[in-house]
Amino acid sequence: MELWYSEYQTEHVRFSLKVKRELFNQQSDFQHVAIIDTNEFGRALTLDGCLMVTEKDEFIYHDMIVHVPMATNLDIKKVLVIGAGDGGTVRELTRYESIESIDMVEIDPLVVKACKEHLPQTACKLDDPRVKIFYEDGLKFVRRKEKEYDLILVDSTDPFGPGEGLFTKEFYGNCYNALKEKGILVNQHESTYYEAYVEAMKRAHQRIKETFPIARVYQAHIPTYPSGHWLFGYASKHYDPLKDLKEEEWNALGLKTKYYNTKLHQGCFALPNYVKEQLNEEE
Amino acid sequence: MKYTQQNAPIYEALLKHKKNRVVPFDVPGHKGGRGIPELTEFLGADCLKVDVNSMKPLDNLIHPVSVIKAAEELAAEAFGANAAFFMVGGTTAAVQAMIMSTCKAGDKIIMPRNVHRSSINALVVCGAVPVYVNPGVSHRLGIPLGMSVSDIEAAILRNPDAKAILVNNPTYYGICSNLKEIVKLAHGHGIKVLVDEAHGAHFYFGEQMPVNAMAAGADMAAVSMHKTGGSLTQSSFLLCQNDIEPGYIRQIINLTQTTSASYLLLSSLDIARKHMHLNGREIVAKTLELAEYARAEINKTGGYYAFSSELIDGDTVFDFDRTKLSVHTAEIGLAGVEVYDLLRDEYGIQVEFGDMGNLLAVISAGDRSFEIERLISALSEIKRIYGKDKVGMLNHEYIDPEVAVTPQEAFYDAKKSVLLKDGIGHISGEFVMCYPPGIPILAPGERITKDIIEYIIYAKEKGSSLTGPQDMAVEHINIIDF
Repeated sequence: MELWYSEYQTEHVRFSLKVKRELFNQQSDFQHVAIIDTNEFGRALTLDGCLMVTEKDEFIYHDMIVHVPMATNLDIKKVLVIGAGDGGTVRELTRYESIESIDMVEIDPLVVKACKEHLPQTACKLDDPRVKIFYEDGLKFVRRKEKEYDLILVDSTDPFGPGEGLFTKEFYGNCYNALKEKGILVNQHESTYYEAYVEAMKRAHQRIKETFPIARVYQAHIPTYPSGHWLFGYASKHYDPLKDLKEEEWNALGLKTKYYNTKLHQGCFALPNYVKEQLNEEE
Repeated sequence: MKYTQQNAPIYEALLKHKKNRVVPFDVPGHKGGRGIPELTEFLGADCLKVDVNSMKPLDNLIHPVSVIKAAEELAAEAFGANAAFFMVGGTTAAVQAMIMSTCKAGDKIIMPRNVHRSSINALVVCGAVPVYVNPGVSHRLGIPLGMSVSDIEAAILRNPDAKAILVNNPTYYGICSNLKEIVKLAHGHGIKVLVDEAHGAHFYFGEQMPVNAMAAGADMAAVSMHKTGGSLTQSSFLLCQNDIEPGYIRQIINLTQTTSASYLLLSSLDIARKHMHLNGREIVAKTLELAEYARAEINKTGGYYAFSSELIDGDTVFDFDRTKLSVHTAEIGLAGVEVYDLLRDEYGIQVEFGDMGNLLAVISAGDRSFEIERLISALSEIKRIYGKDKVGMLNHEYIDPEVAVTPQEAFYDAKKSVLLKDGIGHISGEFVMCYPPGIPILAPGERITKDIIEYIIYAKEKGSSLTGPQDMAVEHINIIDF
């Protein structure tokens, strides 16, 4: 007997993984949470049937969401992470000794519970003393903060579910407010290869651009995400991700990374033409 | 067959009809949607299949004898009324049926001036004469309140021949009058009490709600089931009790009601009544919880004032519907309608309406906390980005109208179109109102004053959507005395 997990990446495109066994399967107040063990990609977390992380390629996503802003400003001390219940983003952050506190706001406790039990590869640092987990709506949490964080990472689900509020203008405005004067915001920015996501991505970028003086988009290759081509949004009140890259200082930290390096950092902001057109960006 | 509140007779008959696969050689011509694939694709085949005409097993709204009759009886029971009528022309039709069944041409009807246009429309149709009672006004918020019992008593003493009194309860903002006392007073003078309960369908099902019209002893009530009761837009209930004769009401309704009532609307009323009867208590409790949370958070933002039961004063604010989320915006230097526009254009959030100083968001059991958080956050952002000092806000006064001729006479009289400012001192031949809320600034037969014209111009500047006049741009107004 063969057991396959399939994600509908679009109405007409399916992405399938052969499953060894199911490790976790529960409905929370917010979404359906499952962890499966797959032959090729190792353990994988799915929310409402959508693939979130797999053991085999999670390093790409987590490297890129964390090290790009960290190499731009090495003085980051206070970080807010929104979403990220799998713990991968927090794990990468904890590698920086200079970071003093990491507030993580995850709406769904069940995601954290499932990952702590079955995805130790990403969830291993959630008990770090610098990490404080708040089980709350991200939009609500950030609304109450003012000039508190050096960095906000939005590691959310798609804009069509519990993560919906994290792609809105009010959220970006609230983030702006919650960041210190030189703060940086990085968010997962979806992909635009498939038509269904184009509008949401364009709107998100437009709204970030209206809110922050510096707003750029960068890319990574993540095999298990729809189309394999994924985008991140970088926004800041002060730091330009290319001009302010601290290449030598970051390399001097000696952090071993599997995907990120400072050459890639400089390259990842160069986007394919079709994406540039969608973003309406000039060279 | 004996039906209980667990049943929905029209819905059940439609299910049976669908199962029977009757061959349709009657209207509608789309024949279960086959005739118009694009619409079927859009609305869904299941929906089109029950868009059917009246027929023997489905009864007829014009003269109900079977399933519609049963459904109306269940509705009457659920609302504590003697009789209930399914309305498919909106609450507008229900309000008009109330007025037309109690007033004939020349009869007087006492009403607050801040009634919905549907009430004054009814006067245009039937020729009744309005006797206006000033609603109370909150100067701080710039909104009309409920009617004071002593003002009503004075109006009754001046007009002992009045046939009916119309109360809008609750108002759009959620403000309730002292309905029980008004009923006692009116009945003491042989006057019928009609309640425009468009915004109060949930009063019949929730706990800790203001008193509903039937419980207060009113004679008739128009209840927008589609607003807070969950049925489809345009569907509504008309309720009556005491010595109102249901057969006569049916005749009045049939004067203007369609003979092809939509079974989509009828079944939605039927199912919504069942749903509210069975689950209304939890639904209203959830709505209340969301509204109270949003109110507290918005008030914490500062600048905004999401008002509630602290307004209660025992008279013009006798009670308050706490499921309503009304927010006073003028203190952040923005008109309610400006915040309304920003919410929609910049934040993708549609609220019910914005007037000069306030906006109203409708909260219901369909809301989730995510959406509530978005609204709160967007309001706090609007304050941060667009907020300014409170300057140049027109302090809206209730404009007391002089009724020069009846609405009917003015409406049908010969008219001349003049520039707004040239209309001052003349008698208006038409309505002017902001929509929503659809409360006339000016009604046919009323004298046009400088205050009224200034208010119209101010409302236009602030971006209110003005409706009513023949001149769609609202630069001219029709007068009848020239």
